[in-house]
Amino acid sequence: MNLHEYQGKSILTKYGVAIQRGVVVEKVEDAVAAAKKLTEETGTSWYVVKAQIHAGGRGKGLVAETGSNGVVLAKGIDHVEEKVKGILGGHLETAQTNGKGKLVSKVLLAEDVYYPGESEVSEFYMSVLLDREKGRNVIMYSTEGGMDIETVSENTPHLIFKEEIDPKVGIQGFQARKIAFNLGLSGEAFKQMTKFVVNLYSAYEGCDAAMFEINPVLKTSDNKIIAVDAKVTLDGNSLFRHPDYAAMRDFTEEDPTEVEADAAGLNFVKLDGNVACMVNGAGLAMATMDIIKLSGGNPANFLDVGGTANAERVEKAFHIILKDPNVKAILINIFGGIVRCDRVAQGVVDAYKNMGSIPVPIIVRLQGTNAVEAKKLIDESGLNVHSAVLLQEASDKVKAVLA
Amino acid sequence: MGVLVSKDSRVIVQGFTGSEGTFHASQMIEYGTNVVGGVTPGKGGSTHLDKPVFNTVVDAVNATKADVSIIFVPPAFAADAIMEAANAGIKVIVCITEGIPVNDMVKAKEYIKGYDTRLIGPNCPGVITAGEAKVGIMPGFVFKKGKIGIVSKSGTLTYEAADQVAKAGLGITTAIGIGGDPIIGTTTKEAVELLMNDPETEGIIMIGEIGGNLEAIAARWIKENGTKPVVGFIAGETAPAGRTMGHAGAIVGGHDDTAQAKKRIMRECGIHVVDSPAEIGKKMAEVIGVLA
Repeated sequence: MNLHEYQGKSILTKYGVAIQRGVVVEKVEDAVAAAKKLTEETGTSWYVVKAQIHAGGRGKGLVAETGSNGVVLAKGIDHVEEKVKGILGGHLETAQTNGKGKLVSKVLLAEDVYYPGESEVSEFYMSVLLDREKGRNVIMYSTEGGMDIETVSENTPHLIFKEEIDPKVGIQGFQARKIAFNLGLSGEAFKQMTKFVVNLYSAYEGCDAAMFEINPVLKTSDNKIIAVDAKVTLDGNSLFRHPDYAAMRDFTEEDPTEVEADAAGLNFVKLDGNVACMVNGAGLAMATMDIIKLSGGNPANFLDVGGTANAERVEKAFHIILKDPNVKAILINIFGGIVRCDRVAQGVVDAYKNMGSIPVPIIVRLQGTNAVEAKKLIDESGLNVHSAVLLQEASDKVKAVLA
Repeated sequence: MGVLVSKDSRVIVQGFTGSEGTFHASQMIEYGTNVVGGVTPGKGGSTHLDKPVFNTVVDAVNATKADVSIIFVPPAFAADAIMEAANAGIKVIVCITEGIPVNDMVKAKEYIKGYDTRLIGPNCPGVITAGEAKVGIMPGFVFKKGKIGIVSKSGTLTYEAADQVAKAGLGITTAIGIGGDPIIGTTTKEAVELLMNDPETEGIIMIGEIGGNLEAIAARWIKENGTKPVVGFIAGETAPAGRTMGHAGAIVGGHDDTAQAKKRIMRECGIHVVDSPAEIGKKMAEVIGVLA
């Protein structure tokens, strides 16, 4: 589950990780009051206005309505309202929003942390994530902060370091020191960085995160180490332990059809193609999408209906699939093992009849327990449903209905 | 023969008296699996499905000499169940549970390193040695006895492959569902290696999906050490990057874990890769010289 920057920062704060402080603003008219409050708390006189959406590249992104960037600086309280107005309520398009602008319903008004002082400011990169191969969490960090880490990894891979954490003992002091030394720090900044690293890792474990990306981590001119941004992804499987974090889920960031499917217990991902599918099992569902492509179509979705493909679930799945006007055909692919194919076939027929009519052809491939009875049930239903037993037959029938 | 489980395996069920445990344990018994008992904390001393119930795995092992355990415990308690099985001396732990917190699995995987045990899964359909023992949730009748081993991250796609293999006139030695989570006990390479060393297995089907690099590691191992033909398929060529496709581990994160990249590496390593999942059985019959 992805969090907004302001939500991620609230978790970091709980674990003693220093952050660039800010106030969330939802209405333009609240902006100036929020700025005054922030000045009282932090002493800042400049303000950074940051769009809160689930996508990176906000600084370079553009708000469609106003041409403003997604992260802008207001040099003084007199400019705050105008800058907030340029972002809030607009649609922000970034390199990661796939050509569609995302509605900005909140901005974070944050303190300026790049103020001049006794030393130069420097930006670092730091993330915590799972190394799947090793089965351990790693801290990945670099002196090249503030940039896209994929670019750093392509151009200067030797500037990216990894520190593996032993799950038996957690992060150790020597590891935090190694990181701070590798980042070229000394004196007070070194001390602050070791604290930052230890607290950041504790936060990662404590909130059962799947990924932390802090870019940049900033050394300020007065040698503080703070998280200027926070991209936090939580492990969805752990949310039962964290009801307060589960409540942070922002449904407006998700596809409404996916939200509806999720509520119905269906594992659904919306795609851009013209042939929908309904499958039992995630691996077979992906394989079915691939079959659609090989048959000359493009998958309109991923949908795993799970082990109980009864009439109620099938009908719900039909409703969700048919919300997409691009769908020209539906391929149902069920391998009946424990679940009997004739039951699934009956479910399809009942759901079809309940819905009155379905405007696109349906190909039903049922294989496994009672496949023959299932095929007969479909064939004798008199509905616009084509039956298949072998996967290859199903593929050929998709080809035929698309032709 | 086959690998991991056989007619000599003595199997216990953790989460025995729950609805999943009860249903699948009875299916396993019906298949002929030697289920010697089960564990449900607090119900020790009773019987269930005519088998003894124990409070702890160690009690079950002491009383029944069990060496294999299958876990149907809810996600919040499943990592604990894995560690309990390892600690009690179970040699093969099969964890069916889906949805275990990743950080729990990081700890459990580290913990079991200290024991002489092998974990299969989690989030997997289990292991079946055709005609001998089913330690899983797969439909037993699909797995006709024969010469082909299967290693797969997916459940229903494994059944699909086994069915195609049977229709191609072949059959199965052992099918190993390694699971679709980011952290699993037995990797693709380790499962392939087990089957390479099994004298009964003559060909191997390796089914992977997007995400991670287990298939690439297995492919490179096969290139160096393989002695039997391997047919491969990777699901998710049409999956978009950055989205989790059902299995928690099925997510494209970079350039190397797409279906295309994995298939390319597998082909370079001499694996017979099919683009269509409908051709897995046919391809296997072709490469081991049996006409379908």
